Amino acid sequence: MPYPEAMIAPMRDEVTRLGINELRTIEDVDTALGSASGTAFVFVNSVCGCAAGRARPALAHAVATAARRPAGMYTVFAGQDVDATARVRSYFGEYRPSSPSAALLKDGEVVAFMHRHEIEGRSAEAIASDLIAAFEAHGA
Amino acid sequence: MSSEPGGIYGDRHADRGDLHGVTVILAGRSGRTYLGRWHEATPRGVVMKNVAIHDPAAPGAKPREDWLADQRRFGVAATESVLLVPPDEAGEVARLV
Repeated sequence: MPYPEAMIAPMRDEVTRLGINELRTIEDVDTALGSASGTAFVFVNSVCGCAAGRARPALAHAVATAARRPAGMYTVFAGQDVDATARVRSYFGEYRPSSPSAALLKDGEVVAFMHRHEIEGRSAEAIASDLIAAFEAHGA
Repeated sequence: MSSEPGGIYGDRHADRGDLHGVTVILAGRSGRTYLGRWHEATPRGVVMKNVAIHDPAAPGAKPREDWLADQRRFGVAATESVLLVPPDEAGEVARLV
Protein backbone atom coordinates (compact mmCIF):
# COMPACT_ATOMS: atom_id res chain seq x y z
CA MET A 1 0.00 0.00 0.00
CA PRO A 2 1.45 3.39 -0.93
CA TYR A 3 2.57 5.79 1.76
CA PRO A 4 0.95 9.21 2.09
CA GLU A 5 2.25 11.47 -0.62
CA ALA A 6 3.16 14.15 1.90
CA MET A 7 5.62 11.71 3.47
CA ILE A 8 7.08 10.68 0.14
CA ALA A 9 7.46 14.14 -1.36
CA PRO A 10 10.76 14.99 0.36
CA MET A 11 12.24 11.69 -0.81
CA ARG A 12 11.19 12.40 -4.36
CA ASP A 13 12.61 15.90 -4.09
CA GLU A 14 15.93 14.63 -2.76
CA VAL A 15 16.43 12.98 -6.17
CA THR A 16 14.65 15.30 -8.58
CA ARG A 17 16.49 18.35 -7.29
CA LEU A 18 19.61 16.74 -8.74
CA GLY A 19 18.14 17.26 -12.20
CA ILE A 20 16.99 13.65 -12.45
CA ASN A 21 13.68 13.28 -14.24
CA GLU A 22 10.99 11.41 -12.36
CA LEU A 23 8.90 8.92 -14.34
CA ARG A 24 5.40 8.69 -12.91
CA THR A 25 3.47 6.86 -15.62
CA ILE A 26 3.93 4.05 -18.11
CA GLU A 27 3.93 6.66 -20.85
CA ASP A 28 6.70 8.58 -19.10
CA VAL A 29 8.79 5.41 -18.94
CA ASP A 30 8.32 4.45 -22.55
CA THR A 31 9.09 7.96 -23.70
CA ALA A 32 12.31 7.98 -21.67
CA LEU A 33 13.56 4.46 -22.31
CA GLY A 34 11.71 3.24 -25.35
CA SER A 35 14.11 4.53 -27.96
CA ALA A 36 16.79 2.04 -26.87
CA SER A 37 19.60 4.28 -27.96
CA GLY A 38 22.26 6.08 -25.97
CA THR A 39 22.84 5.78 -22.26
CA ALA A 40 20.20 6.03 -19.58
CA PHE A 41 20.50 5.78 -15.82
CA VAL A 42 17.51 4.82 -13.70
CA PHE A 43 17.42 5.12 -9.91
CA VAL A 44 14.64 3.09 -8.31
CA ASN A 45 13.79 5.18 -5.28
CA SER A 46 12.35 3.67 -2.13
CA VAL A 47 11.00 4.58 1.27
CA CYS A 48 13.35 2.08 2.92
CA GLY A 49 15.51 3.96 5.39
CA CYS A 50 17.93 1.06 5.70
CA ALA A 51 19.19 1.40 2.15
CA ALA A 52 17.59 4.36 0.39
CA GLY A 53 18.69 6.67 3.19
CA ARG A 54 22.26 5.94 2.04
CA ALA A 55 21.57 5.64 -1.66
CA ARG A 56 20.06 9.09 -2.16
CA PRO A 57 23.00 11.02 -0.68
CA ALA A 58 25.34 8.72 -2.61
CA LEU A 59 23.53 9.54 -5.81
CA ALA A 60 23.79 13.25 -5.08
CA HIS A 61 27.52 12.91 -4.58
CA ALA A 62 27.94 10.88 -7.75
CA VAL A 63 25.95 13.33 -9.86
CA ALA A 64 27.99 16.24 -8.52
CA THR A 65 31.34 14.51 -8.89
CA ALA A 66 31.38 12.23 -11.94
CA ALA A 67 33.33 13.54 -14.91
CA ARG A 68 30.90 11.89 -17.32
CA ARG A 69 27.23 11.13 -16.90
CA PRO A 70 24.64 9.16 -18.81
CA ALA A 71 22.70 11.15 -21.38
CA GLY A 72 19.42 10.38 -19.67
CA MET A 73 18.97 10.45 -15.90
CA TYR A 74 15.69 9.11 -14.54
CA THR A 75 14.07 7.95 -11.34
CA VAL A 76 10.96 6.03 -10.42
CA PHE A 77 9.49 5.49 -6.97
CA ALA A 78 8.93 1.84 -6.06
CA GLY A 79 5.81 1.12 -4.06
CA GLN A 80 4.35 4.50 -4.92
CA ASP A 81 4.22 4.75 -8.68
CA VAL A 82 3.51 1.08 -9.12
CA ASP A 83 2.71 0.95 -12.82
CA ALA A 84 5.67 3.09 -13.79
CA THR A 85 8.00 1.00 -11.63
CA ALA A 86 6.78 -2.24 -13.19
CA ARG A 87 7.31 -0.74 -16.64
CA VAL A 88 10.82 0.42 -15.79
CA ARG A 89 11.66 -3.08 -14.56
CA SER A 90 10.52 -4.50 -17.87
CA TYR A 91 13.56 -2.76 -19.38
CA PHE A 92 15.93 -4.45 -16.92
CA GLY A 93 15.90 -7.87 -18.59
CA GLU A 94 17.04 -10.66 -16.29
CA TYR A 95 17.73 -8.35 -13.35
CA ARG A 96 15.24 -8.98 -10.58
CA PRO A 97 13.29 -6.30 -8.75
CA SER A 98 14.73 -4.68 -5.65
CA SER A 99 14.48 -1.24 -4.20
CA PRO A 100 16.36 0.90 -3.93
CA SER A 101 18.42 -0.09 -6.92
CA ALA A 102 20.02 1.53 -9.93
CA ALA A 103 20.50 0.51 -13.52
CA LEU A 104 22.58 1.88 -16.34
CA LEU A 105 21.39 1.04 -19.82
CA LYS A 106 23.24 1.48 -23.06
CA ASP A 107 21.35 1.09 -26.31
CA GLY A 108 18.60 -0.68 -24.42
CA GLU A 109 20.81 -3.20 -22.62
CA VAL A 110 21.72 -3.17 -18.95
CA VAL A 111 25.46 -2.57 -18.67
CA ALA A 112 25.63 -1.98 -14.92
CA PHE A 113 23.25 -2.74 -12.10
CA MET A 114 23.36 -1.96 -8.41
CA HIS A 115 21.02 -4.13 -6.38
CA ARG A 116 19.66 -3.28 -3.00
CA HIS A 117 22.00 -5.86 -1.49
CA GLU A 118 24.92 -3.84 -2.88
CA ILE A 119 23.63 -0.71 -1.15
CA GLU A 120 22.51 -1.80 2.29
CA GLY A 121 25.00 -1.52 5.11
CA ARG A 122 27.54 0.39 2.99
CA SER A 123 28.62 3.97 3.41
CA ALA A 124 27.30 6.63 1.08
CA GLU A 125 30.89 7.20 -0.08
CA ALA A 126 31.29 3.57 -1.12
CA ILE A 127 27.99 3.57 -2.98
CA ALA A 128 28.85 6.85 -4.68
CA SER A 129 32.20 5.46 -5.75
CA ASP A 130 30.50 2.57 -7.56
CA LEU A 131 28.03 4.92 -9.23
CA ILE A 132 30.78 7.26 -10.36
CA ALA A 133 32.73 4.34 -11.82
CA ALA A 134 29.69 3.21 -13.78
CA PHE A 135 28.92 6.74 -14.99
CA GLU A 136 32.47 7.30 -16.13
CA ALA A 137 32.70 3.90 -17.82
CA HIS A 138 29.50 4.28 -19.78
CA GLY A 139 28.47 7.94 -19.63
CA ALA A 140 28.17 10.23 -22.59
CA MET B 1 30.02 14.02 2.06
CA SER B 2 29.37 12.74 5.54
CA SER B 3 29.86 9.08 6.30
CA GLU B 4 27.04 9.31 8.78
CA PRO B 5 23.67 8.05 7.70
CA GLY B 6 22.18 10.77 5.59
CA GLY B 7 19.24 11.83 3.55
CA ILE B 8 15.65 12.13 4.48
CA TYR B 9 14.27 9.35 6.66
CA GLY B 10 17.85 8.30 6.70
CA ASP B 11 18.75 5.17 8.53
CA ARG B 12 18.28 1.74 9.96
CA HIS B 13 16.22 0.56 12.89
CA ALA B 14 19.17 0.14 15.22
CA ASP B 15 17.06 -1.50 17.91
CA ARG B 16 16.72 -4.59 15.71
CA GLY B 17 20.44 -5.31 15.54
CA ASP B 18 23.29 -4.76 13.14
CA LEU B 19 21.92 -7.06 10.46
CA HIS B 20 18.47 -5.53 10.27
CA GLY B 21 17.65 -4.78 6.65
CA VAL B 22 20.77 -6.47 5.32
CA THR B 23 20.62 -9.29 2.78
CA VAL B 24 22.21 -12.36 4.31
CA ILE B 25 22.91 -15.99 3.56
CA LEU B 26 21.57 -18.12 6.38
CA ALA B 27 22.82 -21.69 6.28
CA GLY B 28 20.19 -24.18 7.33
CA ARG B 29 21.15 -27.28 9.27
CA SER B 30 18.88 -29.21 6.89
CA GLY B 31 21.20 -28.30 4.01
CA ARG B 32 18.89 -25.62 2.69
CA THR B 33 20.18 -22.08 2.24
CA TYR B 34 18.01 -19.07 2.98
CA LEU B 35 18.87 -15.84 1.22
CA GLY B 36 17.01 -12.68 2.14
CA ARG B 37 16.86 -9.61 4.31
CA TRP B 38 17.50 -10.21 7.98
CA HIS B 39 14.66 -8.63 9.93
CA GLU B 40 15.29 -9.74 13.49
CA ALA B 41 16.24 -12.67 15.69
CA THR B 42 13.51 -13.77 18.09
CA PRO B 43 13.16 -16.68 20.51
CA ARG B 44 11.04 -18.36 17.84
CA GLY B 45 13.74 -18.02 15.20
CA VAL B 46 15.13 -15.67 12.63
CA VAL B 47 12.63 -13.52 10.79
CA MET B 48 13.68 -12.84 7.21
CA LYS B 49 12.00 -10.91 4.42
CA ASN B 50 11.95 -11.41 0.66
CA VAL B 51 13.61 -14.79 0.88
CA ALA B 52 14.92 -17.14 -1.79
CA ILE B 53 15.57 -20.74 -0.74
CA HIS B 54 18.12 -23.14 -2.17
CA ASP B 55 17.30 -26.78 -1.56
CA PRO B 56 20.04 -29.07 -2.84
CA ALA B 57 17.62 -31.99 -2.82
CA ALA B 58 15.15 -30.29 -5.13
CA PRO B 59 14.96 -31.70 -8.67
CA GLY B 60 17.26 -29.77 -10.99
CA ALA B 61 18.80 -27.72 -8.18
CA LYS B 62 21.94 -25.84 -9.15
CA PRO B 63 25.05 -26.27 -7.03
CA ARG B 64 24.81 -23.87 -4.10
CA GLU B 65 27.69 -21.66 -5.19
CA ASP B 66 26.31 -21.35 -8.72
CA TRP B 67 22.93 -20.44 -7.27
CA LEU B 68 24.50 -17.82 -5.03
CA ALA B 69 26.46 -16.36 -7.94
CA ASP B 70 23.23 -16.00 -9.88
CA GLN B 71 21.55 -14.25 -6.95
CA ARG B 72 24.46 -11.85 -6.55
CA ARG B 73 24.43 -10.92 -10.21
CA PHE B 74 20.73 -10.77 -11.01
CA GLY B 75 19.21 -10.16 -7.60
CA VAL B 76 17.37 -12.24 -5.06
CA ALA B 77 14.74 -14.52 -6.58
CA ALA B 78 12.47 -14.24 -3.58
CA THR B 79 9.65 -16.73 -3.19
CA GLU B 80 8.70 -15.92 0.42
CA SER B 81 7.80 -12.39 1.50
CA VAL B 82 8.31 -13.25 5.17
CA LEU B 83 9.91 -16.38 6.59
CA LEU B 84 10.62 -17.61 10.11
CA VAL B 85 13.63 -19.92 10.27
CA PRO B 86 13.40 -21.87 13.55
CA PRO B 87 16.35 -21.86 15.96
CA ASP B 88 17.12 -25.54 15.34
CA GLU B 89 17.41 -24.84 11.60
CA ALA B 90 19.25 -21.51 11.65
CA GLY B 91 23.01 -21.92 11.27
CA GLU B 92 25.80 -19.64 10.15
CA VAL B 93 25.03 -16.20 8.79
CA ALA B 94 27.03 -14.27 6.23
CA ARG B 95 26.34 -11.23 4.13
CA LEU B 96 25.59 -11.84 0.48
CA VAL B 97 28.05 -9.15 -0.58
